[in-house]
Order: sequence, then C-alpha cells, then structure tokens
Amino acid sequence: MTDATGDGSKSGPMLAADGTPLKKSLARALRMQKMRALMLIAPLLLFVLITFIAPIADMLFRSVENQIVSDTLPKTTATLGDWDGEGLPSDAAFEAAYFDIFLAAERKEHTRLGTRLNYEQTGASSLFRKSGRGLDDIGEVYQDQFEDLNGDWDEALPWAELMGDPDWLSEQQGWDEEGRQPGFELRDGIADLLPTASREYAIFAEFQQREENNNLLDEEPWSAVHTALYQDLAAGDMSGYSGPRAEMLQAADALVDSPEFETVSFRDGFEEIDEDWLQPDIWRTIKLYSPDYTSGYFLNSIDMQLTPDGAEARPDNERIYMLLFQRTLFMSLVITFSCILLGYPVAYILSNLPMRSANLLMILVLLPFWTSLLVRTSAWKVMLQQQGVINDVLVWLGLVADDARLTMINNQFGTIVAMTHILLPFMILPMYSVMSTIPTSYVRASKSLGATNWTTFWRVYFPQSVPGIGAGSILVFILSIGYYITPEIVGGTTGTFISNRIAYHISSSLNWGLAAALGTILLAVVLILYWAYDKIVGIDNVKLG
Amino acid sequence: MKLTKTLLASTALTVAAGAVAAQEMADSMTLVSWGGAYQSSQDEAYAKPYLEEHPDVSISWDESSNEAVAKLRAMNEAGNITWDLVDVVAADAMRLCDEGLAMEYDPDDLLAPAPDGTSAEDDFGDMIVSDCFIPQIVYSTTVGYRTDLVGDTPPTEICALFDLETYPGKRSLEKRPINNMEWALYCDGVAKDEIYDVLETPEGQDQALAKLDTIKDQVVWWSAGADTPQLLADGEVVMGSTYNGRLFSVIEEQDQPVGMLWDMQVFDLDGWIIPTGLSDEALARVKDFVYFATDTQRLADQAKYISYGPARQSSAPLVGDHEELGIAMAPHMPTDPENASNTLLYNYEFWADYRDDIDAKFQAWLAQ
Repeated sequence: MTDATGDGSKSGPMLAADGTPLKKSLARALRMQKMRALMLIAPLLLFVLITFIAPIADMLFRSVENQIVSDTLPKTTATLGDWDGEGLPSDAAFEAAYFDIFLAAERKEHTRLGTRLNYEQTGASSLFRKSGRGLDDIGEVYQDQFEDLNGDWDEALPWAELMGDPDWLSEQQGWDEEGRQPGFELRDGIADLLPTASREYAIFAEFQQREENNNLLDEEPWSAVHTALYQDLAAGDMSGYSGPRAEMLQAADALVDSPEFETVSFRDGFEEIDEDWLQPDIWRTIKLYSPDYTSGYFLNSIDMQLTPDGAEARPDNERIYMLLFQRTLFMSLVITFSCILLGYPVAYILSNLPMRSANLLMILVLLPFWTSLLVRTSAWKVMLQQQGVINDVLVWLGLVADDARLTMINNQFGTIVAMTHILLPFMILPMYSVMSTIPTSYVRASKSLGATNWTTFWRVYFPQSVPGIGAGSILVFILSIGYYITPEIVGGTTGTFISNRIAYHISSSLNWGLAAALGTILLAVVLILYWAYDKIVGIDNVKLG
Repeated sequence: MKLTKTLLASTALTVAAGAVAAQEMADSMTLVSWGGAYQSSQDEAYAKPYLEEHPDVSISWDESSNEAVAKLRAMNEAGNITWDLVDVVAADAMRLCDEGLAMEYDPDDLLAPAPDGTSAEDDFGDMIVSDCFIPQIVYSTTVGYRTDLVGDTPPTEICALFDLETYPGKRSLEKRPINNMEWALYCDGVAKDEIYDVLETPEGQDQALAKLDTIKDQVVWWSAGADTPQLLADGEVVMGSTYNGRLFSVIEEQDQPVGMLWDMQVFDLDGWIIPTGLSDEALARVKDFVYFATDTQRLADQAKYISYGPARQSSAPLVGDHEELGIAMAPHMPTDPENASNTLLYNYEFWADYRDDIDAKFQAWLAQ
C-alpha cells in the first residue's frame, strides 16, 4: 500500500471512510456542490444566454458577414477570382453574371444585392433593379427563335423528356400534386451532351419544385435555359444523339448553325441594360466584396474604405465617424463630471439629514426619475429655446438684449444640460448609499484632533466616499455613451452622438452591417475604458452600497 | 345621387370580389400607420366604414410606420410577421420591395376600378411607383412662415429660405439631404429639369452644400414632422419646411399667425404595402380591405379629415368639406391646380441610388 504511491514515502495518503483517498473524495464532494449550484442558476444562465447574449452576438457578427454577394452571384464571383481588376473582365464573367442575376431575379434577390452593393458603390441599386427586368431581353431572342422553329421548345413536357431521367419522369407524371414532388434527376449522358443547358435546367427544376412548389410538368422553362441551349448547340454537335426528342434537338442545332440565326453577346446585352456594366467599377466592387467575410464595414466605421489596393482613408468631406466617436467620449466625460459636481453635495446633504427630511429630499431626486424621458427632454426644449423661459427671464432682467438671445439648445450645450439632468439620479443614488455608511465618528474624531473643516473633509470624509463616486461615474458614463433620444431631440448638429448614426443605419439606411460595426467599436471602447478604470482605480473600490 | 350610385357600385364590387375569393378570411387585422391626425383620418375614412359592413372583424392599429422598414426586416428574419398592412412613404415601399419584404401585386386585380370603369392601373397612373406600392395620398413638403415676422412683403417663392437679408432669422429644415439639396440648387440658378443631372456629380453636390452653407448657422434641423409647426408656433423660426398637412393644421385648426408657400413644393406619396409571408386567411382579409379602402369614394373621404390629396384621379372631384371646420378642402390640396403651378416630384430612383452617398457627405457637412 505504501509503495503504491510509488514515491517511496513512508506514510500513505489519508483515506476517507469508504477507502478512497481523502483528497479525491473531497474534490468529488466539492464538484457535486458546484454542479448543484450550477443547476440552480442554470435556468437564469440559459435565459440570459438565449435571450440576451446570443442576439447581441448575432447582431455584432453582422459587422463582418458578407455572404450575400457570393451566395447571390456564385458563378460570377468564382469567375472574377482570376481577374486582375484591369479593364473589363472576360466574356465568361458576363456569361456567369447573366445566369446568376437571372436566377436571383426569379428569386427576387437581385434588388437585395443591389441595396447591399449600393452601400459601397453609388448606383448599384438601380443597376441591379434594371438588370433584373432587362436580362429577359437576352434570353427572349433565343427563346423566340427556338419557339418559331418548333412550339415544343416552349412547352414543359418536351423539356422534361429531353433533360429528365425516364424513371423520374414516370414518377413525376404519376404524382398526385400532394405530398412531396419527386425530385428532378438529370438523364444519364445529357450533362455531357448539353453541359450548360442541363445545368440551367436542373437549377430551374430545383427552383420550381422546391421553392415555388409548382409541378415541373406545368412550367415551361425560363429564357435562361434557352440561352444555355443556344450556347451548347453552338459549341457542340448533336448529330450523334439518338435519345428522346433527338429530332427536335437536331433541328435546333441546324438552326443555330445557319447564318440567319440571330445572336446577342452577353456583353452587348448588358450594355443594352445599362452602360455602367461596361465600366470596371461595378465589377471591381463585386470582386472586392466576394469573400464571405469582409472588413469593409469596420473600415467604413473608422472613415476608411476598402479598395483593391487595400484600406484607404475616405475623402475629407465624407469623414464623420471618428469625429462622432471623439465627440461622444468627450461629451460623456463632461456629463459625468457635471453629474459628480452637482450630485456630490446633494448626496452629502441627503446622508447627513435626519431621516424625515432626507426621505422628502429623496423623493425630489427620484421624482424626475419616474417621469418619462421624452417629457423631461421636451421640457428642456421649452426652457432653453430662444423664445424660451430662461431667455425670456434674462431679457426681462435686462441681462441679455432682445435681439441677442442666447442659443442654448440644438447644440452641445443643450445636450450636456439635458443629459446631466436626466442622468443625475444615477450619480446621486450610489453616492448616497455609500455616504450613508460612513460613520460620523470619524469626522468627529478628526475634528477633535484639531483638523480644520476642509482637512477633515478632504483627508477623512472624501476618501471614504470615493467608491460611491466610482460606481456613479461608471453608471453615468456608460449610460451616456450609448444615449440616443436626448441628443436626437436637443443636440442639433454639434450635440449628436455616435448612437444617433447607429440608429440611422438601423432604421433608415438599413445598413445593419455598418451599424453593427459601429456598435462593436463602441462596445470595445467601453470595455477598454472599464479595464483601464480597473487598472487605475481598481474595480474592488466601487461600491453600490 | 351620383354618390349613392358610386357607393352602391363599389359595395357590389366588394361583395363580388369577396365571392370570387370565396375562401376563409381572418377576422382580425393589424394595420400600421403613423399615428396622430393622419392615422385617425384613415380610421374615419377606411376602417370605420369597413367595420360597419363587417361587424365580426376587428382592426387594431400600430403606430410604427416610422420604423416600419427596420421592423419588417427584423420580423421577416424572425419568421413571424405580425402586421397585415403597413402604411409607408413611397421610398420605403420601394426599399421593402427591393428587399423582398413587401408583396408585389397586380393593380387591376387587387384594386377597384374607378366608378366610370377606368381600370385601377390607369386611375392611379404614375402614382404606382413600385410594384409593391398601393398609393393612397399625395402630400408635399413645403415651407411655412410666420406672417408677423416677415414684414410687409411675405415670401412668395422658395428661395426666400436662402434670402437672409429680406427675411432675417432662423429657419428650420429637415435633417437629411432630400429636398434641401434640390431647393439649394434651384435657388442657386440650376434649371428645374436639370437639378438631378447636376446633383449626380460631386461638383453639383458641393454646389448644393455651398448654397446651404450660406444659411447654415441660421438653420434649426428637424427630424420629426411636428418640429417645424412647434418652432413656428413658438416664434423660434421665421420659416421652415414641413408637410403641407401639418401647416394646414397650424393655420386653419390652431389659428396661428402662419402662412404657407406652395412654390416648389415637393410631392411625395404615401400608401400601403402588404408584407410578404402572410397566411392565406390573413392575405384574403387584407385584400378585401384594401379593395374597399382604396376605392374612389374612400380616398376622397379621407380628405375630409386631413389636407392630403387622394392618389386617384377619379377621387379629386369628390373631395368635399372639412368634417369639423366645414371649409372646402379642394383649395388646400397640394394637387389643386392653383397650388401646383411650380412643383417637384420626389425622385425615387435617384434617391434610392444616391441616398447613402449624399447622406454621408451631408452628415459630414453638418457635423463640421
């Protein structure tokens, strides 16, 4: 037994009653206890995780997400992968863009992509909206010619026979329109014979069956399939084909090879829709934003932009966010200090008055706290505006000339005044609860030892009230850094915060990615400041009571 | 007589449409609008008459049109659409349509024809600016001024905004580039039909901002429609831009010393969109309601409560008197020929493209 430990010591490990080593046994008991505690808080923990942390994380994650470009234009982004960004991309890119945007337009996703790209390049929004409508013109050239040759080219069943696996076809014909539609399968060998057309038909079939839930045998293919068929017929030879609809296909092949057959190049088709497609800019933007994750939003939110040559500063007349971040921090600091200055004496008096009068004063502090935020902010408007109460009084007293009334609202001053007032209770309450725990005997002791009033306050009382100031400052600062309503109403142009721009991007411009990036930066700034506060003052030094 | 006929005809059509649909309809609807006088005008003109015909239906209102685009997007992502019909401005309808959040519709299928048989598509005409947008009213953004603060020569044209010599004092403008940029260029000598060509270029944008710069320190920037009426009533500003209906209410209903300009008023449209992803029953009910609420008589009725012009041509002759004040409403319509001699139509296509870009510059300019 003694040798079992292997270290040759004489005394063995202490054993618990059941023979296991005491250390192990204790650890197990402790673990059990921890588990039990965890089980007890599990509902709350899960609740917070699911309803609070997860949505915030999801929202912040949007600041880098960018799948929309490669999801909507998979072929185009792949083709543009080896384009060097000089001049126009190859014809293959135009072809890929044709098929991608055609499908996106059927799914009504092209305008969404246009909106996304419009944040990066002005004009993308209408370019994609137009293209969704205009791409039909390219395909219709082919569709009409094939249809004129043989009406079957515009029917659903002949296409299904040509493209579909016979087993699938008989299953589909027996489908009773209820339950799941038998999934379309390509016929063996058709993908080699008609590579593009079979690919496009399969996409069409998938769309009709799964997204629209239409019976594939009732839907004539859209014009992109005809365009694809033309490409295959122009490139390949159908004379050796002997499967279903061989005659129809060979006749079409002959038509395509004849000189009368009218064709449109993809490039010309795109030019017809909008000449912007023949500018390299839109292609560069697509290429630049083709990765699934982008740093573009973060660069935008620090007044830079993503370019093919890397990150670049924006032109002077478009820079705003750094200014707003600085202003937000500066004004939040000013508001915090004004709250300390105004709140400290109030908290001091509150904590030194007899209970009865302290309670009455407390209600006065809390009363505005219970009034609607909007009402308090609007009240400041009435007070501070040029024809407002304060200016009227000053003019009446003769301190200010009637034609030189003070501008106290719609600027920084207005925001600072209104927000200091609104956030004051958050400063007074923690200060009060800390101050009311400071024993009066210390002050008396200091005075009886000969200290002046000032020395007593500064050397004895104040140091003990610092944790209250710390707690109040953190509360006020963090609240004010994310404030939105009050600066919006009384801030004018010089008193608005970064949160006003975040709100604008959430609810007006719908650029949620940029809003998320700005929000993430704001969160990071707060965390860094919190960390710095912990290093300098120490977070243990903060007390709420 | 004519009125009764119209009413009977539209009722018959409604019933017919209902019969054709012949399917289960939800018995409650959530309509989203802007609150205030505008929403109550809709309630009086559309919802109450509809409920009289369908006593078993209940309608609840949500005053969220301001944030409708963002909220609809969030609802769509969460897969839970709780709104049945949403009132938005045309620009928002376009964006909702682009995002796939609003349903495309066929005007002749969904909307009632005019009493004389003109199809809905022709009756609404150019007002259907997006495939998803069901127009209701035409409103305009225009300028109001304090009659007691402008001296003996009240302003008659928009450029008074930029004339600090004749009309010293503060003016209030909306805190966004739309409308302000157009007015600035127009008053800087750009011809009306070239405004957007100029505004497309960076030089043109700089020109507009430079013109606005001349009055920048005299401008109070507003973001809520109620701001300018309040600022005018308090005498905080000499003149300011706002919606014509707000000015009507300040002038006629509250009897303040305020006058208004119709020069270079910017027309804009407001209407319904049907969110995508409604259940079949909800959709059937909404379609039934929309058919009723956008017919010629209903749109004309709304003008009894608020001074916005009906979006149907056939409604204009039916516009009557104000329900409470008893004054004729036709002369207060932005579309009245007297008022519409020099106007601008909100350029939806342009602003859809340039909004982000110009707004970035505008906000940077404001913050300087």
